[in-house]
Amino acid sequence: MSEVEGATEGSMIGWRARLAESDLLYSFLHSPTAIISAVVTLVALSAAVFAPLIAPHNPFDLASIDLMDSLLPPAWLEGGSDAFLLGTDDQGRDVLSTILYGARISLLVGFLSVIFATVIGVVIGLIAGYAGGVTDAILMRIADVQLSFPAILIALLVDGVLRGLLSRDNYDQIAVYVLVLAIGLSFWVQYARTVRSLVMIERTKEYVQAGQVIGLSTGTILFRHIMPNVLGPVLVIATIQLALAIITEATLSFLGVGVPPTSPSLGTLIRVGNDYLFSGEWWITIFPGAALVILVLAINLLGDWLRDALNPKLR
Amino acid sequence: MKRWFTTGALALTMMAGQAQAETFSWAYQGDVQSLDPHGLNETFTLGFLGNVYEGLTTYDAKLELQPLLATEWENTDPTHWRFKLRENVTFHNGNPFTADDVIFSWNRGKTPGSDMKGYSAKISDIKKVDDHTIEVTTPTPNAILPRDLTLFYIMDKEWSEENKAGEATSPKDANGASSFAASHENGTGPFIVVSRQPDVKTTFKLYDGYWNKELKSNVTDVVFTPISEDATRTAALLSGNLDMVYPVPIQDWPRLEGAQGVKVLNAPDVRTVFLGMDQFRDELLYSSVKGKNPLKDKRVREAMAHAIDLGAINQKVMRGAANPTGLLIGPQVNGYNEELGKPYDYDADAAKKLLADAGYPDGFELGMDCPNNRYVNDELICRAVATYLARIGIKIELNAQPKSTYFAKVSPQSGNDTSFYMLGWTPTTVDADNALFNLVHSFGKESGAGQFNYGHYSNPEIDGLITQIQNETDQAKRQDLINQAFKLLKDDVGYLPVHQQPLSWGVRDTVEVQQRADDVLDFRNVMMK
Repeated sequence: MSEVEGATEGSMIGWRARLAESDLLYSFLHSPTAIISAVVTLVALSAAVFAPLIAPHNPFDLASIDLMDSLLPPAWLEGGSDAFLLGTDDQGRDVLSTILYGARISLLVGFLSVIFATVIGVVIGLIAGYAGGVTDAILMRIADVQLSFPAILIALLVDGVLRGLLSRDNYDQIAVYVLVLAIGLSFWVQYARTVRSLVMIERTKEYVQAGQVIGLSTGTILFRHIMPNVLGPVLVIATIQLALAIITEATLSFLGVGVPPTSPSLGTLIRVGNDYLFSGEWWITIFPGAALVILVLAINLLGDWLRDALNPKLR
Repeated sequence: MKRWFTTGALALTMMAGQAQAETFSWAYQGDVQSLDPHGLNETFTLGFLGNVYEGLTTYDAKLELQPLLATEWENTDPTHWRFKLRENVTFHNGNPFTADDVIFSWNRGKTPGSDMKGYSAKISDIKKVDDHTIEVTTPTPNAILPRDLTLFYIMDKEWSEENKAGEATSPKDANGASSFAASHENGTGPFIVVSRQPDVKTTFKLYDGYWNKELKSNVTDVVFTPISEDATRTAALLSGNLDMVYPVPIQDWPRLEGAQGVKVLNAPDVRTVFLGMDQFRDELLYSSVKGKNPLKDKRVREAMAHAIDLGAINQKVMRGAANPTGLLIGPQVNGYNEELGKPYDYDADAAKKLLADAGYPDGFELGMDCPNNRYVNDELICRAVATYLARIGIKIELNAQPKSTYFAKVSPQSGNDTSFYMLGWTPTTVDADNALFNLVHSFGKESGAGQFNYGHYSNPEIDGLITQIQNETDQAKRQDLINQAFKLLKDDVGYLPVHQQPLSWGVRDTVEVQQRADDVLDFRNVMMK
């Protein structure tokens, strides 16, 4: 019993010690960019997750919105109200609250679509790299075809087809998942390519051959033994693509094919506010825009740092 | 000799035309759904098609009645009219225009897909006297029949029959490739549709065989692009890419007025924007209430009327440029009554109490259909309505959609698939009867009455009054009947009127255009400088 406990403790210590001694942590602590972007990302993430707790208003509770509060400028300008720090939009919703709730949807779509793309991409990459031959050729030609289209075009295509198939009512309810599908399907190729090339190197190594010799199933070899060795670069791609996915979602929503204005993401907010740029109510679109820039920049910088930190050639 | 002269003159005019090709580019917030002139009775669609097709009569820029395909008419006895048709008029394919085409078009207006049944119903029979004379019988005496015909366009019988376009295209089918008349035109109007990509671009050119050689306009080519985004439309006008856009979002008026080379034309629109409610189904299609229809209960409708602050909507959404109303017709319309034109009082407490009395103290959910590219700030108004109704507990599930989808859903050809909707109405005749007959009269599939009474509000007493109004020629008595009908409607809360919106056109200084109070852009009224 005590031995088991000791073992657990030991592995805990080992884990901490390994982290403390790791190059990753060292690199992180010595990169101000990484620290700042990590802090910003964390703050944004927690603000989005806890939006219902920290937002001053609930922009989705129609009964609490007053049309007479609409189009108020930010609190520090003349005519602004302290109740609405960043002003209000055309319906009288608090801009700060809509940004918090909007970031939630943007991040949700971002994370889900990256997870979706990762799963598809890694599985296809593993199979293509390990099987080789015809399977590899077919899968990679599909990837080639997809690479010849810009991601946004594929996302628009998927979105358009599903929009045509589903009725409007149904569509609004599942708009978020349609976006996840659309963005996910346009992003898997990079993972598949990277994983495939890594697997092609790994599969000639001795541990794989040993596994084959002792009769392990292909699935076990692929997912238990090869996969953990190729996940490092996948993590880097995933971080960078999270930022890209958020931008793609914002673009789609800005074009009016994303999430509906009733549950707006940052892109939808920017689009709605765009109608008020000429008339001088800049805060409706500028603040969500700034929020989007900061969020994406932070995640991107974090991804860049991770790429450099994990790249043996740059160490 | 004469022939030589004509050819020479033609060649000269053609050369002159080429020398001064004037292209007029403009944008609206949406596109017409189809080119079928009997497919959708919507002012924008009919106004747009009015450049290609023509009716027997028309309105000029001041909404005064003018002859068009008919040159003169005479009310021979109370229910009979004799129309003299214009000679030497050809359709765009060269076919001559005759009495047969008028009779054909009238019958086409009665086919199941037609949205013009209300107009066809104003005529009970047409007899051909000769190729250019017809005798029209009306079901009841109708002193303003020529006004009822301004938007009823004449199609070529031979062309329609050759191309299997003998029946009107319903809004539901207009997007399909099935209907020839929805994607092709053959009118008698001054402009030919040269190319058309729905929702992208439509180009027109002057029809060189047009009967009226003294056309005021000098425009030879027209390019139309629908632009749904408000800000993009304003930007396109400011940048000089377009000569005219409408509607200009009201919030951009100051910006345009301060800019060089552009101006805003604004005036009160004849159109009244209102909300309608399903009052005929035993269970609403889109609601949490099952087994009964809460909107059949007058107290619920009254609660909704008192819950919406029209003053705030005018002040905030319309920036004070609209005219909040309690009536389905505006002050410019014959039959308007100032007393009845006052909006329902805004009183949320009374509304809550009414709703509780009706048995819905916690409110209910209700689906709402709203166009998002039809009226000025339409979607915003719907969203504002949703917030006001939320305060008394009615949770609106808003379905804001482009007008092509919207009309295909809510029109009677699709069985009025809606529970609560927004609509605007311009009485073509500029008379109260047009609004009463189309919006308030009980819905009749055969009679053509109440075609735009999407919620099937029905009050036999008002129906009786409408018949009397149509027969009454004494203005004072007629006004009294109109007042009675609108009073009954208001007491019943049959509709929730919102406002008369302003006309809002943005025009570059290089163009001179006359703005019609019914928001119709007639290319005949456009002059390029």
